[in-house]
Amino acid sequence: MTSVVYDGTYEGWLTAVFDIYEYKLDDVVFAKGEQAAAFLFGTRHEVTTEDRKAKRVLKGLQQRLSSTALKNINLTFLSEIDYSEDIMLRFVRYAFSSGVNVEQDLANRLVWEVWEAARRVRKEAHRMEAFVRFKLTKDDLYDPLYYAVIEPQCDVLPLISDHFKNRYADQRWLIYDLKRKYGIYYDLEMLNTVEVQFSDKLGSAQIKAELCDEREEHFQNLWCRYFGAVNIEARKNLRLQMKHMPKRYWKYLTEKMPDYHRS
Amino acid sequence: MVNDRVTQKLEILAGAAKYDVSCSSGQGNRENKNKGLGDSKANGICHSFTEDGRCVALLKILLTNHCIFDCAYCVSRKSNDVKRAAFTVDEVVDLTISFYRRNYIEGLFLSSGIFYSPDYTMERLVKIVKKLRKEQNFNGYIHLKAIPGASEELIKEAGLYADRLSVNVEMPTEQSLKLLAPDKNHQDVIKPMEYLKNEIAGHKEETKLNKRAPVFAPAGQSTQMVIGATKESDLEILGMADYFYQQMKLKRVYYSGYVPISYDGRLPAIGTPVPMIRENRLYQADWLVRYYGFHVNELVGFDQPNLELDIDPKLSWALRNLHQFPLDINIADIELINRVPGIGFLGAKKIVAARKFKTLKPEDLKQMGIVYNRAKYFLSVSNPFSAHKDYTAIQIKERIQNLQNSKYKSDFSPQLTLF
Repeated sequence: MTSVVYDGTYEGWLTAVFDIYEYKLDDVVFAKGEQAAAFLFGTRHEVTTEDRKAKRVLKGLQQRLSSTALKNINLTFLSEIDYSEDIMLRFVRYAFSSGVNVEQDLANRLVWEVWEAARRVRKEAHRMEAFVRFKLTKDDLYDPLYYAVIEPQCDVLPLISDHFKNRYADQRWLIYDLKRKYGIYYDLEMLNTVEVQFSDKLGSAQIKAELCDEREEHFQNLWCRYFGAVNIEARKNLRLQMKHMPKRYWKYLTEKMPDYHRS
Repeated sequence: MVNDRVTQKLEILAGAAKYDVSCSSGQGNRENKNKGLGDSKANGICHSFTEDGRCVALLKILLTNHCIFDCAYCVSRKSNDVKRAAFTVDEVVDLTISFYRRNYIEGLFLSSGIFYSPDYTMERLVKIVKKLRKEQNFNGYIHLKAIPGASEELIKEAGLYADRLSVNVEMPTEQSLKLLAPDKNHQDVIKPMEYLKNEIAGHKEETKLNKRAPVFAPAGQSTQMVIGATKESDLEILGMADYFYQQMKLKRVYYSGYVPISYDGRLPAIGTPVPMIRENRLYQADWLVRYYGFHVNELVGFDQPNLELDIDPKLSWALRNLHQFPLDINIADIELINRVPGIGFLGAKKIVAARKFKTLKPEDLKQMGIVYNRAKYFLSVSNPFSAHKDYTAIQIKERIQNLQNSKYKSDFSPQLTLF
């Protein structure tokens, strides 16, 4: 068994695939930089991310697959499900070994797993386009900023930032992924990936009040009242609500927060 | 103080608008040019879900719930003793923009009770959308009610700013409308609908020739029928819907299970359950007609004017047409695969793609996410050949019902479970 250690980026993974073919590595286990220490047994292969190698792999795949299938491999990477890298590798090996385009061979596990993982990521990206809730900061220190915090299961920020850029072209905004500790910031011109140090005290009501625009609380309150007013009690169906809006997302939904948690 | 007043108004006017079930925000396709606010792409987004499981995509409110009409089914009817309120034009604009900027909503769904006159009301609605589009540079989704009886000039102006316009037919037949809404007649509804149909078609032609021609209600028009307040059968309801889709080119027909809100003797009493299952079956049938190539007459007919409540209309059709099955999954046309219970149109597509690589077997279908336990009664698999032995329609129905764990089940089987 060979541990293939790469830097955790998509380019790094593509480079790893190049190396796997180059050195004819068999029976591999992927490990990202920091987890690498855990693999004490077996041989170890260090991958140095190289644009040239990554591009070669991509080009080879482009000759065999449609752009949708290529995208699906990338989405599987973002899914962060268990063994996602192995699922990707199995599919890539199958694609390279076949003379025809195999991406529609859905009855085959090797193809199906990538398809499923990609579907899962698309679904969550769509959900995040819906469930982001911006709050407006005060404008006395900096220019006003609409900020939101999310904790999605998959790494969907790269997939949704264009949507928000097109939609909120005239406001500064920041969406921060607390789970992965990075955010996307739009400065009215372009998108920037940022790392922000959030104070531990951010949760406290006092800090929030100092941070937020004076009308912010009013609109949050209006939204919650609206949310309550459009419900039809005679049709109550909590199961249906939960199906569309699983509880794991409620933490950052203004309308689902307990009152004291809001600004 | 001012804030409290707006909050109060919002509660009243959102509460009064909630019986309009439309929430879709799709097909607007209004692009954000010149760095304005908002962009409505082809697929709508549901931003939240209320405890009844319905989607919240739009700020759905009435401009006012004051109304000169007295339609029995409507919570805002003149004779009803409810709190009344009215927004100002600026309040609606401010609410829409502030909600939109926080990513609460896809846009605005604005309707109104009729105060003074239809034209006076429509004028206010148009003023709001115009302000949103022109002054606020707002490209989010706007669904506007065309007030029955308003002048064609005003409706035309509305279409230039709104993504979708709708006139609610409310009652499936003229008799019901006469009974419950003596101030209205079907003509008031059909006339503006027809006018909109022609305008939408005309503008579409124009845009084909000249890309800069103004768009007119790019997301088309829709309507709503209240279900279960009067005695119409599903045949009449779906027939009417079919007429709207075919003749009026409507994008959507909504079915709204009547929520009892009145002691009026002409209507189901307060406490009568909302016909949610029936409403659900109507939507399923509507879907089969629009996406699965079914004709209304295949689902309901004079011999069977109502959809079955305990099974969905696709299964119901299949059981009545067992002579068309089993279907060989490896060679059947996609149109026929679409008709198999347990296989949706996405599933059918996957099957047709995957079978090019190998002869599909039951375990392949299961792996691909097909509801095989439901579909298997209607399929055969070649080489080695296998098909489910000849069950009767009743046997299949029993078996399928036993495996689904329907939350409605208790409503249908008060008797003992025998298996």
